Amino acid sequence: MSELSELYQQVILDHNKKPRNFKRLETANRTAEGVNPLCGDQLTVYLFVEDDVIKDVSFEGSGCAISKASASMMTQSVKGKTRAEVGALFDEFHRMVLGELDEEQTPNQLGRLKIFAGVREFPARVKCASLSWHTMHAALNHQSATTTEDLGPDVVNEQAAG
Amino acid sequence: MIATEKTIQTDTQSTGNAWDVVRIRRDFPVLAQTVNSKPLVYLDNAASSQVPQVVIDRGSRYLREEHSNIHRGVHYLSQRATTAYEGAREKVRRFINAREARECIFVRGSTEGINLVMHGYGRKSVGVGDEIVISAMEHHANIVPWQMLCEEKGAKLRVIPMNDDGELLLDEYEALLNERTKIVGVMHVSNALGTINPIKEIVARAHKQGVPVLVDGAQGAPHLKVDVQDLDCDFYTISGHKMFAPTGSGVVYGKAELLERMQPFMGGGDMIRTVTFEQTTYAGLPNKFEAGTPAIASQIGLGAAIDYLNSLDRAAAHRYEQELLAYATAKLSAIEGVRIIGTAREKTGSLSFVIEDVHPHDVGTILDQEGIAIRAGHHCAQPTMKRFNVPATARASFAFYNTKEEVDRLVAAVQKVIEVFS
Repeated sequence: MSELSELYQQVILDHNKKPRNFKRLETANRTAEGVNPLCGDQLTVYLFVEDDVIKDVSFEGSGCAISKASASMMTQSVKGKTRAEVGALFDEFHRMVLGELDEEQTPNQLGRLKIFAGVREFPARVKCASLSWHTMHAALNHQSATTTEDLGPDVVNEQAAG
Repeated sequence: MIATEKTIQTDTQSTGNAWDVVRIRRDFPVLAQTVNSKPLVYLDNAASSQVPQVVIDRGSRYLREEHSNIHRGVHYLSQRATTAYEGAREKVRRFINAREARECIFVRGSTEGINLVMHGYGRKSVGVGDEIVISAMEHHANIVPWQMLCEEKGAKLRVIPMNDDGELLLDEYEALLNERTKIVGVMHVSNALGTINPIKEIVARAHKQGVPVLVDGAQGAPHLKVDVQDLDCDFYTISGHKMFAPTGSGVVYGKAELLERMQPFMGGGDMIRTVTFEQTTYAGLPNKFEAGTPAIASQIGLGAAIDYLNSLDRAAAHRYEQELLAYATAKLSAIEGVRIIGTAREKTGSLSFVIEDVHPHDVGTILDQEGIAIRAGHHCAQPTMKRFNVPATARASFAFYNTKEEVDRLVAAVQKVIEVFS
C-alpha cells in the first residue's frame, strides 16, 4: 500500500473533494479545453493574463482525483507568475511526473507540487496529473484546445480497447 | 445407509452439473501469476480474454512446422498452411452455424468487420436522405463507421433509445424503421452494460420492412451460443481475442447473397481473379474480402479456441458465468455508495458500477494495487455513459475461469477504495 498512499495523499484527496478556483472565470481573456479522449476526462482552464502575468486563473470539468487535485493545485501555483516562470514550472512538473527529475536532489521551484511525485510509479496516471498543465499552457499560448493525444512522451499505457 | 446414499446422489449430481473451475484455470497459464505480490484477479475479459495453453500450442506449432503463405504456393508448407487456415474457417462456420464456410470472412476483429460491411454494403446501398438505424448502447465501433458513411452520403443516423435499466425500447425501434432505412446495426451483448439484446426480435422486425441487420457479436460470441441461421441476421461480427483466441483474429459472417453483391473492402493480392491495367475482376467468396496476407497464425488460433470451447460443457459454463454475475451483483449492490449501471433483466459478462464521489480511474488504480484487473473508463461507449449521466464506470467482466473468491476480493477492494476516499 505504500505506493498507493504515496499517490493518494491527504492533500490530494482534499483538493479532489474541495477543488480550489473551481469555477468559470468571468474576466478570463484566455481559455482552453483539455480532453483525454481515452478516458473521457475533460476540463476547461480560464486565464486572465495582463502584462505577461497570470493575474487570475480557474478551471472547470470532470476527472479523476489525480487530475482534479492537480488542476486545483496548478491554479494556485501559477497565479501571479509570468509566462516564463510558468513555463519553467511546467517543465519541472512534467519531468518530475515522468521520473526525469529528482525533485529532492535537483534544485527546483516545485514546492508543494512535489506531492505529485508519486504519480511516476503509476504510468497510466501521468496524463491525469499533467492534463491541466497542458491545458493551461495551451490557453497561455492562445490555443483553444489540447488533447493528451497530441502530447509526446507522457502518452503511456492507457487502456483503449472496448 | 440412507445418509450414504444421499451423499452419493449429491456427488453424482455435482459431477454431472458442476463447473470444475480449478481444472479450467489450469488451462490458462497467464492466470497463475501474482501482481503487486497478490494473486492476479483478471476481471477485464470484455476488453480481452486470456488464451488457453492449447491455443498457444496450436499457434506455436503452426509457426514451428507449418508457416508459409496461403493460397499461393504449390509447395508442401503452403498447402499445410492453407489447409490449417481454411480448416479454421470451417470451425467458425460450425461454431456459428453458417450455411457455408465462404460466408465467414476472416478479419482482425469486430471493428474491421463492421467497417467491411459499411464499405462493401453501405457505400453501395445508402444514398442522400437514407437512414441507418443503430442503438443507444453501441460501442464506438458500431457508431463511427456509420457516421462516416452518413457524412459521405448525406444520410441520417437514427438511434434506438433505451430505458434506465439499459434495455432497448422495441416499439420505438419499430417506429424508426421506414422505406428509407437501409441497414440496422445493433450489438448482441453490451460491453458497457452487459445487456443481452433480443436479436431475433430485432431482426424479424427489420426484415418485415426488408432491412438487413448487422449484429456486433464481439461480446455475444464469448458468452452465448450463436446460430446465425436461427437469428436470421444478415451480418454477424466476432473478435477472436474476446473469445480466448489471439488478437488479430476475427470474423464477419454475411449471407452469401449479400456478400456476393458487395464491393470489396480492400484491394490487393489474393482477392482478384485477373488483373490488367485496364480492368480487374474479383475473386469469389471469401477471398474477395481478404486482400493481402492475413493473420494466418491468429486465425488458426481462433480455430483452436473454438475446438477448446467445444471441448467444454458450454451450457454449464454459461450457467456458471451467470451465477458469478449474480453473486457479484448482489455483493456489490449491498455496499453503500455503490451503484450498478446496467440493470437489464437479461445480462451476461459485464458488470459496470460507480462509487459515489470516486472517479472510476481511481477505483481502477487502487484495485490494480490489489492485483485486480478491471476496466475503468467510458468503454468506447461515450453516448452510453452520457445516457446514464456518468463520465465513466468501473467494469468487472467475467469469464468461466473466474471464481467466487475473486469476486470476494473485488468486493473487499471496493470497500478499501471507499475507505481511502472517505
